[in-house]
Order: sequence, then C-alpha cells, then structure tokens
Amino acid sequence: MPIRTLLIANRGEIALRIQRAARELGIRVVQAHSAADRDSLPVRLADEAIEIGPPPAKKSYLSIPAIIEAAEKVGADAVHPGYGFLAENGEFADACEVAGLVFVGPTGDTIRAMGDKVEARRLAAEAGVPTVPGSGGRVRELEEAREILEHTGFPVMIKAAAGGGGRGIRVAHDGDELARLWPQARAEALAAFGDGGLYLEKRIERARHLEVQVLGDGHRVIHLFERDCSLQRRRQKLWEEAPAVRLEPAIREKLCAAAVRLAERVRYKGAGTVEFLFDEASGAFYFLEMNTRIQVEHPVTEEITGIDLVKAMLEIAAGAPLPFRQEEVDVRGHAIEARINAEDPARDFAPHPGRIASLELPGGPGVRTDTALFAGYEVPPFYDSLLVKLIARGRDRAEALARLERALAELSIGGVPTTAGLHRLLVRAPEVRSWDVYTAWLEPWLESNRQKLA
Amino acid sequence: MAKKEILSPLPGTFYRRPAPDQPPYKSEGDAVAVGDVVGLVEVMKSFNEVKSEVAGKLVRFLVENEEAVMAGQPLAELEG
Repeated sequence: MPIRTLLIANRGEIALRIQRAARELGIRVVQAHSAADRDSLPVRLADEAIEIGPPPAKKSYLSIPAIIEAAEKVGADAVHPGYGFLAENGEFADACEVAGLVFVGPTGDTIRAMGDKVEARRLAAEAGVPTVPGSGGRVRELEEAREILEHTGFPVMIKAAAGGGGRGIRVAHDGDELARLWPQARAEALAAFGDGGLYLEKRIERARHLEVQVLGDGHRVIHLFERDCSLQRRRQKLWEEAPAVRLEPAIREKLCAAAVRLAERVRYKGAGTVEFLFDEASGAFYFLEMNTRIQVEHPVTEEITGIDLVKAMLEIAAGAPLPFRQEEVDVRGHAIEARINAEDPARDFAPHPGRIASLELPGGPGVRTDTALFAGYEVPPFYDSLLVKLIARGRDRAEALARLERALAELSIGGVPTTAGLHRLLVRAPEVRSWDVYTAWLEPWLESNRQKLA
Repeated sequence: MAKKEILSPLPGTFYRRPAPDQPPYKSEGDAVAVGDVVGLVEVMKSFNEVKSEVAGKLVRFLVENEEAVMAGQPLAELEG
C-alpha cells in the first residue's frame, strides 16, 4: 500500500529527519506534537501539525490513544515512531494495525520478542549467534544464581529481563555483593518495568560495543556493516563511529553474518540494530540485544554507505522489497558522530533546558548536522537533552577526526551549557585518536580530566 | 497562621511519588520539616528531589501529579 500521508509520532531532530526522508519520497507529512512543542521546527516545517496532549510525554508522545486518534483525524495511512517514546512498544504497533495504519517498523510480535531480553537471547542462540556466558534465562532464586556462577565466575552482571538501553543493570564482584544486590535488582526491575525477572551475564572487561545495522523486508535481510559505540558514559552513547576501528575483515564478516541470521530468524521487517560486546583481546563477540527501530546514531552508517535508512524504512513499510542487494552495499571512508547534549559536564552532566540565545552550525566538506535547533528556541525540560548530532565523514578515520575537530571549532551554541566542550577535548585525547576506548573508559577519564571540563 | 509555599526548584514534570507503585512522599495534612522531600521534578529524564525549605502542615498541593511545572512555581501550600 503506498503511503500518501505520514504521521510523525516523535519530536526534535528525528522528527525532522523523518520529514526530510518522507518529503523526498513525495509523502505528505503531519507532525504530531505536545503543547510544549507548538513552536518547534518540525511543527513549522510539516505540511500539517496536530496537537496530541500536554507537555509530559506520558500524556502526549507516549499516549497510544492520542496518537491513533490524531492519525485518524488527519487521514494518515502510516505512522513513524522515530526512536524512544513508542518506537519499541509492541502494543502501539498492534494498535496501528488494528486502526488500519501502517506502523513504520517491525510487527508487534517482533518488538515484543526482542524487547524481552531473555527471549531475545534464546532466539540469538537458536540462530547460532554467540551470547555472553550466563544464565541463558530467568534466574528465580539467589541459590540458582550461585550455581550458574560456578561456571561463569565473577564479575557478573545482574540484568532485568524487561530492561534495556543500559537500564536495570548491577555488577557483582563476589558472592557477598551478589547476595546484597539481588533483592535490590529484583525490586528495582519490578518498579521500573513491572517485571521482576532477572538474568545473569558474565562481565567482559574492557569490552567494546559494536552494533550491526540491518534492513529487512519480512523475507530477506541485508546488513549495512557495523558501528563502534564504545565511547559511553553510564551506558549512554556519546560518540559513534562507522566502520569499527581495527576490526579484522574476517571478524567483521562473521559479526555481520550473525546479525543477519538473527534478523532472518524473526523475519525482520524495517531497520534494526543488533548490538554486540566485542572482546578485542580474544576477537570474540557476544550478542547483547536487538533494537527494533531507527537509532540515534544511524547517520554514521548512512555516511559510509550512501544509503538513506529512513527512506528505506518508509519504502519497506509501504510494502516494497528491499531496495538493495547485499552486494550493492559497500563502505566508503569513515564517519564519526558526536552527540551534543544540553548537559553540563562540569556539573556531573546535569541536564539544562533553556533558551538557545545564539546558534552557529558548522558546515563545509564532510560535515552534517542533524538538529531541530534555531536561535531563540526554548529547549523544553520534558524530553531528552539531545541538541545536535554532529557528523563528520572523511576518506579515512584521520580525515574524519580532522573534520570533526574543525567542525567542533565552528560550532557555537549560546544560552545553555552543552557537551560540545567535552567533545573538543575528546577529539584530541590520545586514547580516542588511537581508539584505546572501551565501554568503561570514559568515566575514569572524566575523573582525571575534571579541571579541563570546568 | 502564616501561609507558606514550596516552590519548584526546576522546570519539568512534577511527581508526588518516588515510583508509580509507591505511596506519595507527603499527603495533605502531613507535617513537613525543612529538608523533607515532597516530590520529584523530572528534567530531561533526570529526577530531582524537591526538598521543602519551610516547615509546617501541608494544606494542599497546588499542582497535580505528573503535571508540567515551571521553575519557581508553587507546588504546595503549608501553614504553621
């Protein structure tokens, strides 16, 4: 079914990103928005806008009835959920289907299967995708956990079965700590996710975070190579690269093939990302989770493959087969994304809403900015703190780094504290340049560079 | 008896409970001491405790649970 009118059920830079893709395909765009986003750029640039509720997300961007009603009212035939909010909510995908709307993404069943981390791990194992040594399923009692640990050893991560995105994770270094953290983890999982189910995974020291972009049409799946998202703070990505640095071709091939096998196993439809932990010392990689949506860091993949992922999502949602064959996807050069957030690195990254007094965005060769900011814009306090995604591309990593450094020097955001200054330090940090970075690298680095951040 | 107000220190979303399945920090009629937590304000996905800078008996809340608030907006009224 061709998509004529698309409702965008998201906000900020990703709403604008989706609008641009839809426009290029000749699709009319209707922007759903909360009362806090009336004056936002996506609302101004859309063909039509419809208010779906008050500022708190729960009553607007997270309200399934409000969004379905809006879609029906404006005569939309499809809904794009973006990332966050309802993007990985199986009930929302089902509700769209029931209302006769195309949900731009996989089926509700696929979202639910991958959203349950234990079920996802089981599917991965079935598809022959290596998983982190651990319980392999929910662990009911602490005694059962102790038996599993005789095989995996410490340190071990206690994870919430219904968790994800780094939430609901605790690390135990010995039996006493495990006994202390176990009831806390259960209570927290129950409170945060309504499901107290826990599982255990061995903690890989100095692990890198690699992830493979996949695209499926419900029959066939292809990959668009990998991203390296090892530069994180408290499991939130700050900086992403594509392709992964120093990844041996044989390992890359195995990693991408594993991601495709898992996506094929669930007859994946749309854009998805299979996340892995990579142990560079041994060359082993382990499945972490699959995200059944477009990701924040998708532009680095677009920059190295030349493929518009959001357009591909819309085409697939409209029923078209995959627009590319695997052999048509190749990597050219290197791309890096720096996430500029409205957070104050000098004050433990405290988020900081407020008015953008002035704005100068960088440009020139190989530089892309994905943002919905404008001078005078009031950053609302109700949503996430992402302001600008600054993406630099080069023929190789050295050129991408040089362009990123140059672009960061051109960037100027006045009025609110941002993480731009942190990125200016990172782009020159020797460990970043040599990429001796792993997921737990940044926190101690921040500690020892505290003065420079002030 | 003097009327006092607890003001929101930050803009964001106001919550009266630490978690949806837990009781509210304070209810109308409760005694509030200086430093008592009366709610949370969520700013860009980070949760900040609202501590009372005044003492007294909580007369009423001036905003609903999960309502949008501005910095400096009165959240609750106290007397005593």
